[in-house]
Amino acid sequence: MLDERQVERLEVTAVNSAKTRQPLYTARQKVFPKRASGRFRQFKWLVMLVTLGIYYLTPWLRWDRGPFAPDQAVLLDIANRRFYFFFIEIWPQEFFYVAGLLVMAGIGLFLVTSTVGRAWCGYTCPQTVWVDLFLVVERGIEGDRNARIKLDSAPWSFAKIWKRMTKHAIWLVIAVATGGAWIFYFADAPTLLGQFITGEAEAVAYITVAILTATTYAFGGLMREQVCTYMCPWPRIQAAMLDENSLTVTYNDWRGEPRSRHAKKAAAEGFSVGDCVDCNACVAVCPMGIDIRDGQQLECITCALCIDACDGVMDKIGKERGLISYATLADYQSNMTIAIDPATRAIDPARVRDADGKLDKGISHFHIRRLFRPRTFVYAGAWGLVGLGLLIALLSRDRLDINVLQDRNPQYVVLSNGSIRNGYTVKLLNMVPEPRSFELSIEGLPGAVMSVVGIDQQETRSITIEAEPDKLKTVRVYVRQPRDQLSQGQGFSFVVADRAGAERDVYAAKFNVPETLR
Amino acid sequence: MGDKHIDELSGVETTGHEWDGITELNNPMPRWWLWTFYATVVWALAYTIAYPAWPMISSATTGVLGYSSRADVKNELAAAEQAKSAYVQAVKAKSVGEILADDKLRQFATAAGSAAFKVNCIQCHASGAQGSPGFPNLNDDEWLWGGSIDQIYKTIGHGVRFDGDENTHASEMPAFADILEPKQITEVAAYVASLSGTADTPELVPGGAKVFADNCAACHGDNAKGNKELGAPDLSDAIALYASGQAAIASQVRHPKHGVMPAWGARLGDVNVKELAIFVHSLGGGE
Repeated sequence: MLDERQVERLEVTAVNSAKTRQPLYTARQKVFPKRASGRFRQFKWLVMLVTLGIYYLTPWLRWDRGPFAPDQAVLLDIANRRFYFFFIEIWPQEFFYVAGLLVMAGIGLFLVTSTVGRAWCGYTCPQTVWVDLFLVVERGIEGDRNARIKLDSAPWSFAKIWKRMTKHAIWLVIAVATGGAWIFYFADAPTLLGQFITGEAEAVAYITVAILTATTYAFGGLMREQVCTYMCPWPRIQAAMLDENSLTVTYNDWRGEPRSRHAKKAAAEGFSVGDCVDCNACVAVCPMGIDIRDGQQLECITCALCIDACDGVMDKIGKERGLISYATLADYQSNMTIAIDPATRAIDPARVRDADGKLDKGISHFHIRRLFRPRTFVYAGAWGLVGLGLLIALLSRDRLDINVLQDRNPQYVVLSNGSIRNGYTVKLLNMVPEPRSFELSIEGLPGAVMSVVGIDQQETRSITIEAEPDKLKTVRVYVRQPRDQLSQGQGFSFVVADRAGAERDVYAAKFNVPETLR
Repeated sequence: MGDKHIDELSGVETTGHEWDGITELNNPMPRWWLWTFYATVVWALAYTIAYPAWPMISSATTGVLGYSSRADVKNELAAAEQAKSAYVQAVKAKSVGEILADDKLRQFATAAGSAAFKVNCIQCHASGAQGSPGFPNLNDDEWLWGGSIDQIYKTIGHGVRFDGDENTHASEMPAFADILEPKQITEVAAYVASLSGTADTPELVPGGAKVFADNCAACHGDNAKGNKELGAPDLSDAIALYASGQAAIASQVRHPKHGVMPAWGARLGDVNVKELAIFVHSLGGGE
């Protein structure tokens, strides 16, 4: 076990904390986050692996849909207006599924934020993930915090130029790969890669890659924490979703204060000292350049790296972990009430410890019960309802649809034998990737017969129409009713049925006749 | 000038402007704002060099990229022509019957014919091709000059009673006011009206039948079914070109009105006429 004075004190200023933050017209003060290690760092590596893996690999997954549809598992086929997601194919008019998923994402964000705080910011936000990735490169080339500070302040030399060039070159490669991966979601990935390399791809592909390369490089490499603090609206919105039972990264000053570099000496002199040895480890690892000991602040993305840093120090000096921890405001305030000496209005860490020096039994710790409260039930319920609705809609949706546009000019045509004819544009939607044979028929309208332009057939009440795979089939249909049966009502139905299956759809249509003949 | 006004509380220089004791701080611009501003200035200057911008006395600078929106439109039109040229060539090469049998080509020709119809034909035949008195309804199944695709193609191409085209449909009905007695005209009008059930004076029908057989059947046929070679209408059906009813028929017998249609082949060219023929044929009456 180390004495607290043996814990290295890091010379570091929390450049973005409220006390030291510069006005906007001054130059940015660089942040050199130190490498952290611990549970949360491990977890963040895992999240990074999964999220980057999903992003880069998804377009390359294949999914067999037969010969009439692309075999890319996830494909946004803008040109043909189809969206493929594994076994689901949606047409533009079914885009409400995507809107529903966005609603679910919104409610999901409420749910996550009200329970575990700004977890989105700290773990899964692309900005966080890519900054993490860029920092890995930076550390690999320039070294950890101290080496980077030294290099940054060193005069320009061959070694410095070489390191900087290497770093920026690798950043650019990552940025190009990021922008490059994006376009593969919109076209067949292997084909597009070949075209892209040989310069045959569409201009929009190169422009998209160029823009995303620029934003990735600028946001991940150059701007970093400024994106979160100044550009992103989420910190403002997410903070509004927190309540006193939400987990946030908290410095527990009820056991940390008064912080001291010389705890033993101070204790010997009769001062009461807390667990914080003021080593600044939490500040050094912070990618946002803040000091978590100042309390909750807008800049904190709750990446929890300060928890890892502090836990490491607490382990070394033989104190309990959790001086910085995920804690709820309710627990924190309850503990503060215990810690504050009513007489001096100051924190007395002795008040939270029992006679053996262990944390007092009255101290509140987070309990899993806190996750289950009306607010989270409402969010989870709404989320589940939307999801259930989408699922039901998805499972019961039509793959055969009929739409009819009736001619309005002319509304009807009188034929030589006195019968009346109406014209219709019938659209048959064959929404599966295989050719199908449809039976189009009319129901109602006694004596009426129909003919289809382009199909050479006697007038009939039922006609076979061949539909191409995954396409809209438009046919001009003329319906004729003899004059002596005109009075029998004008409503009727177009019915389309799959000749090979049970699927059918009905359109309620109208038959116009001259007023004088009604 | 020269005196710096410093705000005591913030230590920031003021502009020296004062309203009711309140002075305006002269803080510098945020850096991101300043750099964005510089970027827009650079962009604007580069833009005016690259693109047409500065007005001169009689024209304007053309810009080093040589961009012009007119050239753009020209290119787009050329591209559109190029895109449909394969279809247009096919329409040019094939007969109207062959076009009708080719599903893709028929759809193209129908769309192109629909556009040409809206420009050239709706003035007489109306926007829904439903016609008006004297101008035939093209949707129905009665055709003065024949409703097969080849006949429609010929009629559009060479017109009706059009002086400038020697292959035009030329036949006319004589004015029977000079040939028949007024009583005979009344009788034949009653007979013709009776064929579609609208006779006002049924007692005249038998006499009219004889007048018809002697004078009219040569062109309109023994049973008044008409003759498409001569453009003689079917008088027995429910469709009338000018008006129905005995009085209107009598008037047409005395002094027949004759419609004229220009020969569109010379004006629009063969491709357009073919497209129009396909479109008209698709309106529901094509045979």
